[in-house]
Amino acid sequence: MCLAIPGKVEEITTEDGLRVGRVNFGGVVKRVCLDYVPELEVGDFTIVHVGFALSKIDEETAEKTLADFREMGLLDEELGTEEEAFARAAVAPQSACPDGSCSN
Amino acid sequence: MKYLTEFRNGEIAQRMAREIHQITTRPWKIMEVCGGQTHSIIKNGIDQMLPAGIEMIHGPGCPVCVTPLELIDKALAIAAQPGVIFCSFGDMLRVPGTEGDLFQVKGAGGDVRVVYSPLDAVDLAVKNPDKQVVFFGVGFETTAPANAMSVHVAKRRGLKNFSLLVSHVLVPPAIEAILSAPGNLVQGFLLAGHVCSVMGYWEYPPLAEKYKVPLVVTGFEPLDLLDGIRRTVVQLEAGRHEVENAYERIVTRQGNLPAQKLLGEVFEVTDRAWRGIGVIPKSGWRLNAEYRDFDAEERFHISGIRTEESPLCHAGDVLRGAIKPADCPAFGKECTPRHPLGATMVSSEGACAAYFNYGRFLSAEELAGAGSGMTGVARG
Amino acid sequence: MGEEGKAGSPVARKDAPDFSNWSCPLPLVGYPTIVMGHGGGGKLGNELVEHLFLPAFRNPALENLGDAAVLDLPAGRVAMSTDSFVVQPLFFPGGSIGELAVNGTVNDLSVSGAEPKFLSASFILEEGFPLAQLAAIVDDMAKAAATAGVQIVTGDTKVVERGHGDGCYINTAGIGVLRPGIQVGPHRAQAGDAILVSGTIGDHGMAIMSVREGLEFESQIRSDCASLNGLIAEVLQAVGPAVHAMRDPTRGGLASTLNEIAQSSGVGMEIDEPSLPVRPQVQSACELLGLDPVYVANEGKVVFFVAPEAAEQVLQVLHSHPLGREAARIGRVTAEHPRMLVARTAMGANRVIPTQIGEQLPRIC
Repeated sequence: MCLAIPGKVEEITTEDGLRVGRVNFGGVVKRVCLDYVPELEVGDFTIVHVGFALSKIDEETAEKTLADFREMGLLDEELGTEEEAFARAAVAPQSACPDGSCSN
Repeated sequence: MKYLTEFRNGEIAQRMAREIHQITTRPWKIMEVCGGQTHSIIKNGIDQMLPAGIEMIHGPGCPVCVTPLELIDKALAIAAQPGVIFCSFGDMLRVPGTEGDLFQVKGAGGDVRVVYSPLDAVDLAVKNPDKQVVFFGVGFETTAPANAMSVHVAKRRGLKNFSLLVSHVLVPPAIEAILSAPGNLVQGFLLAGHVCSVMGYWEYPPLAEKYKVPLVVTGFEPLDLLDGIRRTVVQLEAGRHEVENAYERIVTRQGNLPAQKLLGEVFEVTDRAWRGIGVIPKSGWRLNAEYRDFDAEERFHISGIRTEESPLCHAGDVLRGAIKPADCPAFGKECTPRHPLGATMVSSEGACAAYFNYGRFLSAEELAGAGSGMTGVARG
Repeated sequence: MGEEGKAGSPVARKDAPDFSNWSCPLPLVGYPTIVMGHGGGGKLGNELVEHLFLPAFRNPALENLGDAAVLDLPAGRVAMSTDSFVVQPLFFPGGSIGELAVNGTVNDLSVSGAEPKFLSASFILEEGFPLAQLAAIVDDMAKAAATAGVQIVTGDTKVVERGHGDGCYINTAGIGVLRPGIQVGPHRAQAGDAILVSGTIGDHGMAIMSVREGLEFESQIRSDCASLNGLIAEVLQAVGPAVHAMRDPTRGGLASTLNEIAQSSGVGMEIDEPSLPVRPQVQSACELLGLDPVYVANEGKVVFFVAPEAAEQVLQVLHSHPLGREAARIGRVTAEHPRMLVARTAMGANRVIPTQIGEQLPRIC
């Protein structure tokens, strides 16, 4: 459920009434049906599942997400050791209630 | 590969894992719905990186695993017929029916072919007008648009020799079934990112509200999974229960409208039996009246199927997250990928297969202690 | 490009070379395809030998055309190996069944510590198989044999009815002479041994996938099919008995080979996933089809298990050889978790890599 991988649209044509693209996945090129993402243009990135483009990858968002990820944890290293956080998490008994109010 | 490799950075992953350790003060049980996410978690050892208090429960998000045994048996019966070219994704080939699997049908002379896309099956129908081409349309909402397009194209081209054996299941009803089951322990969900790329996530706020659980749309790569888990924990620690999108580069709230449009033209909602779980009302799609002609179950009247699940198989408990695969008495003994008792052991998305193939019959300590002689990135 | 189901007449694939200008003596013009008579040992069969196999494989032992080849071997121990080749399609990017048939057996002998000398070649052909394709395959075999320094000294041809074969199956058997002082075997890996691989993994299997019906894709991936005896000879020359075990990871990939040796030697193994050499396009193709490169077939790689103090030197020898430029040290043998292969992932976590169950199937989910 759902091996979809990102690729770059290199060429767009129409075949048998379907909008079809040659999409490049890290050097490997496959024909992909683009009918579900009509806004795709050559040079865009898209996520592809079983030969169908499902969504355009918003590159700006992707870059921002990566930048956020890179930042993560860089500032917190002084704030406490992982052993302390780990110990905190392990002490409480298994509980179905997030606030610990019930004992089961 | 761009927009893939960057999300597998080990160093960033370990920092993110440390961050999760910092913010976790209580134990939490989080379910990842999608089998692809289970696979990625186990393969990359994401669960090994989390604080011991966080337990990832593996959900029933493996469409191969939840396809009813009866439908598998029908598939085997159809595939064995002369004059049929039976096409399927690779995943289905070793799923055990009551007697045998598609691979064995192929070995006995059935024309069974693995294809990458349902449109490849349509091509085969065009090129083999004297054969009946059947495509095994298994999947969640991610795969449904592809299957919908295949029958749409077949209809447009007037093909009389193409049909779809449909086994489509829907995620939101499954999540509701899990949340409403008595004794449910799941406190938060990672929603299936690619399902949401098609359907959006506008359906989920009522669920979050009704059951008071955070629901976070999550991707599949290690950094995406860690971020999804982190956001879920942040909400849980703060007592919040909202829908959040941690896969923004791919998923929008409304989803893919052209896909939803064609889905509406081709499929209709129906009750579906989930193997190992039972019937979940309105949890599946079937071809609607306009496209009923292309339904393989209608075209091939298979009767006299005698289905029988293995009494040793606990796949249902695994799929509901009630037990871990290693807890099943048959795990690794009567049931292995070579001799699977149930679909969860043979589907590469099934939790049992993930556990077996990534060696979860070593204890966590044994696994962590292995490889201590290797130099490389320090483990977090 | 031909499309064909699993049964049916053999078809030329798009990668089959153009041999319309092939100019070996070929008075077989009356029979552009294989017929039952070619397997019958009569006139037609003899014509195949005289005008196809002999000119291609030319050597004295073969030319005697006896029922058996009579060979001169030095005194000492001899290794023998056999393999059958049933690959589809017959021609693929980077090679053909002919090259595989020669190199496969040459490599099996080489990793056993032997110097390959002589091969037999048996063909099972399907009625209707185009003679021009057979000629191309035989040509490939001749070239591969010359490169490997071996002679094809005896052979056989049989023909089966149309529909009862996949065009062409080949079996080769080979004899090699064991090098004195070299004792390698799958049971000889020891705790502490360094694990080295001679180059990138997964090239052959993905090259085949790229032209497999239903899964085709465009890429520059080529099979790594090659004879490894020269490479292995240099390594053995440099460090001799420090090499405890060697194997060429073919079907089932690197993972299966490492597991086999772990089983035979009763040891555990640890590898570092980020250190596995994989070509970017092979990685991409694996992502596309949901496959794991450690399970994908190779046809031109060796895994070495060497005493740790010799590892650096072996790497240097490999890197100086054209077939070993991307050689890498990927892990070590351990006494822990015996018979189990554990990999450290890029995340820093560990996973066990079991032996493959059956063929890896492309997955969508």
